[in-house]
Amino acid sequence: MKERVVADFSKLPLHGLGNASATWWGTLAFMLIEGTGFALIIAVYLYLMSLAPVWPLNAARPEILPGTIVTLLLVASLVPNYLVSRWAQQQDLRKIRIGLIVMTVLGFAPLVVRFFEFPALNINWDSNAYGSVVWTMLGLHTTHIITDLADTVVLAALMFTRNGDNRRRYGDVQDNVMYWNFVVLAWLPIYGCIYWIPRL
Amino acid sequence: MTQRPTTTDADLDNSVLADRLERTWRTPKGFWGALSTVDHKIIGRRYIITAFVFLALGGILAALMRLQLAQPEARVIGPDRYNQIFTMHGTNMMFLFAVPVMEAIGVYLVPLMVGTRNIAFPRLNAFSYWMFLAGGALLWIAFALDMGPDVGWFAYVPLSGPQYGAGKRADIWAQMITFTEVSALAVSVEIIVTVFKQRAPGMSLDRIPLFVWSLLVTSFLVVVAMPSIMIASTCLILDRLIGTHFFNPAEGGDVLLWQHLFWFFGHPEVYIIFLPAVGMVSTIVATFARRPVFGYLALVMALIATGILAFGLWVHHMFVAGLPRLGESFFTASSMAIAIPAGIQIFCWLATLWDGRPSFKTPLLFVIGFIVTFVIGGMTGVMVASVPIDTQVHDTYFVVAHFHYVLVGGAVFPLLGAIYYWYPKITGRMLSERLGQWAFWLVFVGFNLTFFPMHILGLQGMPRRVYTYQPEMPWHGLNLFVSISSLILMSGFLVFFIDVIHSARRGLPAGPNPWAAPTLEWATSSPPPSYNFLRLPIVRGSNPLWEETESLTVGGGLSVDRREFIVSSVVEARPEARETSPGDSIWPFWTAIASSVMLTWSIFSPWAVVWGSIPVAIALVGWFWPKGTPEEEA
Repeated sequence: MKERVVADFSKLPLHGLGNASATWWGTLAFMLIEGTGFALIIAVYLYLMSLAPVWPLNAARPEILPGTIVTLLLVASLVPNYLVSRWAQQQDLRKIRIGLIVMTVLGFAPLVVRFFEFPALNINWDSNAYGSVVWTMLGLHTTHIITDLADTVVLAALMFTRNGDNRRRYGDVQDNVMYWNFVVLAWLPIYGCIYWIPRL
Repeated sequence: MTQRPTTTDADLDNSVLADRLERTWRTPKGFWGALSTVDHKIIGRRYIITAFVFLALGGILAALMRLQLAQPEARVIGPDRYNQIFTMHGTNMMFLFAVPVMEAIGVYLVPLMVGTRNIAFPRLNAFSYWMFLAGGALLWIAFALDMGPDVGWFAYVPLSGPQYGAGKRADIWAQMITFTEVSALAVSVEIIVTVFKQRAPGMSLDRIPLFVWSLLVTSFLVVVAMPSIMIASTCLILDRLIGTHFFNPAEGGDVLLWQHLFWFFGHPEVYIIFLPAVGMVSTIVATFARRPVFGYLALVMALIATGILAFGLWVHHMFVAGLPRLGESFFTASSMAIAIPAGIQIFCWLATLWDGRPSFKTPLLFVIGFIVTFVIGGMTGVMVASVPIDTQVHDTYFVVAHFHYVLVGGAVFPLLGAIYYWYPKITGRMLSERLGQWAFWLVFVGFNLTFFPMHILGLQGMPRRVYTYQPEMPWHGLNLFVSISSLILMSGFLVFFIDVIHSARRGLPAGPNPWAAPTLEWATSSPPPSYNFLRLPIVRGSNPLWEETESLTVGGGLSVDRREFIVSSVVEARPEARETSPGDSIWPFWTAIASSVMLTWSIFSPWAVVWGSIPVAIALVGWFWPKGTPEEEA
């Protein structure tokens, strides 16, 4: 078929940021997938609770301290996370490097406390269905933190190489920020389920 | 780092341009080239062929079952092998054929139909294919080793749980789920982003081809439904491997929890298979009626409505499980309600045919066969949506007949029509019209003779999943009839396969647009070049090739030195950026290998998840680490 040129694309920017970027939408789609997964495991929790005569089932209530420390750490990490996003928008490489190191530390910190959170559940995964579901919820979210932490570490390393100063990398940083916000946000309902529902 | 590539397509005449684009986009020859390719057409073609191989394998299993059931007390297959065979047949057809083949055709066609150069996240696409292949291999190798799952395609607990499902058979099933769902989820994300962000400038939401709409809705269904089966199968593996109690009533678990999680996925799954078929039908009907489809907006709304209602139906698979009456009534109502969008679509297609000048080529024949068969399946669907009838026919051959009518009639017929329709685009050659007519009539007649009597067998009380029956039962004659009829059905498929293989070399050359069809995939040569379009099309209507017969409106100014395409806005498809598409890479292959090792190992040890994730992480870093290609500059 013959072609008739009616437009010139050469003046368009060479890379779109935010919702003009495919990666941004891809990240959003993966958040939807994982969000659905978390919603379903919470549904499993509530379903099992609705069947149980007492809740927690044959176990003491989970101790609230480690989980709450994790929550505070995660919520506090939103502030530097937000700053990293702003610096990415300003394409300020020096600040981004510092910010990503801070975010790496703030990704490790909740994992350290998480180590004490599992025993604080006061039940094992193989004791009964209640134990199974709370361990799975906590396990899923731990995996979530680990994946984004790994992403942050690799991205931080990348920003110190000659590949760092690139509009694409700044887009990657913003997507990583968005994903970390989601990791924090996804935790809050799980935190509520594990620690506060048994106290209602 | 902002070093602009120099040459754009505006500077070159067409033959030089084609040559330069080919050099930038082609897949290198040879073994490593084949493993590293990210061309959506090559991957899509592989996906389609692999899925049809699984169809043939599943068909052989069906033939074995019909051989065994042809006579009472037959001794062809023993009960244990029979359990594996019917489980394999269902699992294979649902997870390795039906869903992947629909997504595969999307992988091939969506980028062409929206007028772009490759699918979004092409490396993820390569990864998804390898995962799909590995999952299929896991299932079939296990079956060959007499380790095939034997718990039915929905693997109900407690039969599949640690107490009754000894050995590793149920784990094979559960882990195969992980493989295929990872691949389906990956493809869905690619399709969603391709449709949202890579449409040709001017292709606003109301100009998207209906097949693309159907895959968009399907992809959202996958995104929301598949996590449910992944949670379910993960819980099952945990119960079996490390002693959790999700499904153990003695320790506060619940067996119905499995059924809820399974069918919250399993019912939308039916629409994940059916909606792309609907999109194929709308496309074929318009082309062969030679007029734009009647009721475009109604058809799009019906797709979305079906997609939403699909999540309100799952409990109708559980009517005999003893749930509260009120809940059952709700699910009866919603099950009947979904007949409304289905009905709207059928009337739109009939209206299109009525008002058009239909040309009854093979693709349209399969569509007519679809309408007839699917309406019968839909009617038995409305019947089993009613609790009293369902209670009577649950787990009988009536249900087997019903779901083969909706799945084979509703999805496989349109799929075969779609293969006849798009084969010329994919191979550059036509399928034989004569063999096509033969294939259609053999499949159509054979299908109805095989499956219609199953309704009667079901009403006569024959349960599904029995490996044999006693001569005193009144089922013998019909079973023999069904088994003989299935030979007609199989011969139809044989003719189809012969035609497909033969025409790949000997078919008549197709040319770019053999059906005079209106959508963009026909604007390029058959098969399309590695870069899809010489210059990216600009769209001014819903049927671009009918509205502009003289020439195609295109945009210029993209670089030819690196892989570039246009990112456009979600609603109006206004061009936003010149984006680059990643080049070939071997890392998706290594990532899939590492993931397969981890997942297969984790059937046997929970530590596989810890140690196995290290190679996966290494492969992922290799995948994403910049290699200094021109595509990475911005």
